[in-house]
Amino acid sequence: MSVKVGIPRALFYYYLFPFWKAFFEYLGAEVVVSPPTNKQILNIGVKTSVDEACLPVKVYYGHVISLRDRVDLLFLPRLVSIEKKAYICPKFMGLPDMIRSTLSGLPPIIDVNFNAVKGHRAYKKTVLKLGSNFCSSLRKINRAWVEAVRHQKEFEELQTYGFSPIEALRVLQEGRKEKKKKKIFDFSHEIAVLGHGYTIYDDFLSLNTIKHLNDLGAKISTAENLPINLLEEKAEKLPKRMFWTMGKRILGAALHYLESSQIDGFVYVTVFGCGPDSVIADLTERYARRRGMPFILITLDEHSGEAGVITRLEAFVDMLARRGKHENYFSSYGKSVDICQSTS
Amino acid sequence: MKITFPHMGNLWISAKVLLEGLGLEVVVPPPCTKKTLSLGVLHAPEFICLPLKINLGNYMEAAEKGADTIIIAGGRGPCRFGYYCRLEKEILDDLGYEFRMIVLEPPENNFLEVIQNIRALSKCSMFQMINAVRTAWFKCCAVDEVEKKVQIVRAWESCPGLADKIYREALKNIDKAQTIKEIFFAKLNVLEAFNDVPVEPEREVIRLALVGEIYTILEPFANQNIERHLGKLGAEVKRSIYLSSWVNDHLLGSILPMESTKEACRMSSPYLNYFVGGHGKETVGSAVKFSREGFDGIIQIAPLTCGPEIVAESILSKVSFSEKIPVMTIYMDEQSGEAGLITRLEAFVDMIRRKKLSQKTATRK
Ligand code: SF4
Ligand code: SF4
Repeated sequence: MSVKVGIPRALFYYYLFPFWKAFFEYLGAEVVVSPPTNKQILNIGVKTSVDEACLPVKVYYGHVISLRDRVDLLFLPRLVSIEKKAYICPKFMGLPDMIRSTLSGLPPIIDVNFNAVKGHRAYKKTVLKLGSNFCSSLRKINRAWVEAVRHQKEFEELQTYGFSPIEALRVLQEGRKEKKKKKIFDFSHEIAVLGHGYTIYDDFLSLNTIKHLNDLGAKISTAENLPINLLEEKAEKLPKRMFWTMGKRILGAALHYLESSQIDGFVYVTVFGCGPDSVIADLTERYARRRGMPFILITLDEHSGEAGVITRLEAFVDMLARRGKHENYFSSYGKSVDICQSTS
Repeated sequence: MKITFPHMGNLWISAKVLLEGLGLEVVVPPPCTKKTLSLGVLHAPEFICLPLKINLGNYMEAAEKGADTIIIAGGRGPCRFGYYCRLEKEILDDLGYEFRMIVLEPPENNFLEVIQNIRALSKCSMFQMINAVRTAWFKCCAVDEVEKKVQIVRAWESCPGLADKIYREALKNIDKAQTIKEIFFAKLNVLEAFNDVPVEPEREVIRLALVGEIYTILEPFANQNIERHLGKLGAEVKRSIYLSSWVNDHLLGSILPMESTKEACRMSSPYLNYFVGGHGKETVGSAVKFSREGFDGIIQIAPLTCGPEIVAESILSKVSFSEKIPVMTIYMDEQSGEAGLITRLEAFVDMIRRKKLSQKTATRK
C-alpha cells in the first residue's frame, strides 16, 4: 500500500497544490486533501489556535486536524520563500512549529524548509532531498520534479486564461486537453478582486465574495489571472521593493489595472489582523484614490456574516453603475501619470 | 535641515547626541502622549501595528517644532517594519507634509556604513564623527545601566515613586552631560542615590522577565508603563532587549563582550526552529533562557496583530509547559488601558506568589 500524504486545503494549497500533488504521486504516494473549509473546520481551527492568529491560519489548524486520522504523513512545509529576495509572511515561517506546539496526536510531519530567498537552486535542492524520503532512485526523483514543474506551469497558465485556481484545478483534474479561454458571459462591470489567494478563493472564508459579485453582474479579474512577469514588471515601479511575494503581485496587478481602462473598481478582501495586508491594502487604496478608482476593503474574521458582505458589495456595484452612467470620472487610459512616485 | 526620528524608549538620548555631534540640527519629538497616538491613529491604516501609529504622531508633532527630515531604519522583510519607511512617507505625503526621509537600509548593516551615511549629510570631520559615536555609545550604556537598576529598586522601595523620581532625574542628567567624564559621574551619582533608597527587605519580591517585540518592550508609552506597575507589585523586572545590547548585536557585530540575544536565539530550538521576522525567535529563546535562569514568570508584550509575536505566542504555551514557567501574553493597541493592564498584572503576580508559597511549604514537609 502506498503512503498517504495529507495536504491541508488551506494557505499554500491555492498556489502550489498541483506541484506537490504531481511530485508526491509520481513518487508513488497517495495524496489526501482535506475537505473544503466548512463550519466545523473553522470552529476547530478557532478553538485550537491563538486568538490573535489570522483567519487563514486558524483555518489551517482546522484542516490539519481533519487530516489527522486519515493519513500516514502530514505535509506541513515551512514556506519561507518561493522566490528570490521575497518572503510570504512571518506566520508561514513559524507554521510547523506553531502546529507542533499546539496540536497533539499528529502523524509524522514533513516540515522541510523551503527557502528561495537566496535563489532557486536551494529551493530545488530541498525538493529533491524531500523526494529521497519516498524513493531512492535519483533519476526518478528528478523526473518527479520535472513532472511537478510541468503541472504547476499548466496550472498557472490556465489562470492567465481567466480561470480561478479552483477552476484551473478542476480543468487539470478532468484532464481536459484543449486550453480554451474561459467563457465569459455578459457582464456590466469588471471588478478586480485583490487579496491573498487562500482568502479570496476559499468560498467559505471569503463568504462567497466572488460568487456574489458574479451574481451582481460583474466579471472578476484577479492578480492570478495576469502573467507573473507582467506583475513583476509593474511592481518594479514601486519606490521601495516589496518583499512579500503576494504583496508584490497584488500591487503589481493594482498598478496594471490603474494604467489600463479595463477595470471599473477594486474590491480588496483581507482578514482581521493580517500584517502584510495592513500595508498592501493601504498602499493599494492610496494609489487607487489618487487615480479616482473606486475601492472597497472587506475585512473578514470568524464572526463576519455573509449578509453584511452582500449589502456592501451591492452598494459598491450600484455606485459603479451610477458612475458608469454619468461618466464623471476621468479614465486615465493612455496617460502615464506616476501613481506611486511621490516626491522623495 | 532639521532632523527628527521616531521615539523608542530612551533612544532619543543617544540619537540626539549622535546626530548633534555630527553637526546636524536635531528636533527631538515631544514625548509620546495620548495626543501623539490619536494623531497617528487618525491617519494610519486601521490595522497597522501600534509602533507605526505612534511614529506618525511623533513626526507630526516634530513637524510643529520645525522638523523637515526624518531618519529611520529600513528593512527587507519579512515583517512589516521593513515597509514602515515607505508607508509613512506615503501617508505624510498624502497629508501634505514635505518631509525628506533618510532611510538606513540594510545591508548597511554595520555601524560604520550607517555612520558614513549620516556623515554624508553633515560633512563633519572624522574626529567629530568618532567623538559623536563614542559619546552616544556611552550615553546608551549609561542609560541601560540606570534602567537595570531602577527595575530592581522599584520592587523593594518602601516609599513607592522615589526610585522613579531618581530615574527621571538621571535621564535628564545623562542627557545634559557633554563629555564622557560627565556621563560617568552622572551615572555614578544616580547609582549612589539608588543605594540610599529606603527598602523593605522582608518583601516577597519575585523576578519577572519581559520578552516580546522591541518597540513595546522599550517604549513605556506603548506598554502602559508595565515595568513601573510590576515594580509596585513587588516584582523585579528584566527585559530580553536593552538598547545597548541590541546595538552591539545588530550594528557592531557583537564585538563587545556583553549580554547578547544571540545566545537566546539559539535556545529557541526545539520550540521554534526558524527565524520568523521581528523578534519572534528572540522572544521564544529568551523565554527559555529566563526560565532556566530561575525567573519566576514571563510576560510577553507585543503590539496587537504583530505577526512574529503571534507565532511566538503560539509556541510559548509549549515552552511554559515544558520549562514549567508561567507565561502571560499581553497585546497593546490604541484601546489598551492602564487599569485593565494592572488588573491582569495583579492576577499574574498573585498566582506566581501562591505557586512559590505552595512550593516552599511542599519542600518543608
Ligand atoms: S499574509 Fe496575512 S492572512 Fe496570510 S498568513 Fe500572513 S497574516 Fe495571515
Ligand atoms: S515586529 Fe511586529 S510590531 Fe514590529 S513592525 Fe513587525 S509586525 Fe509590526
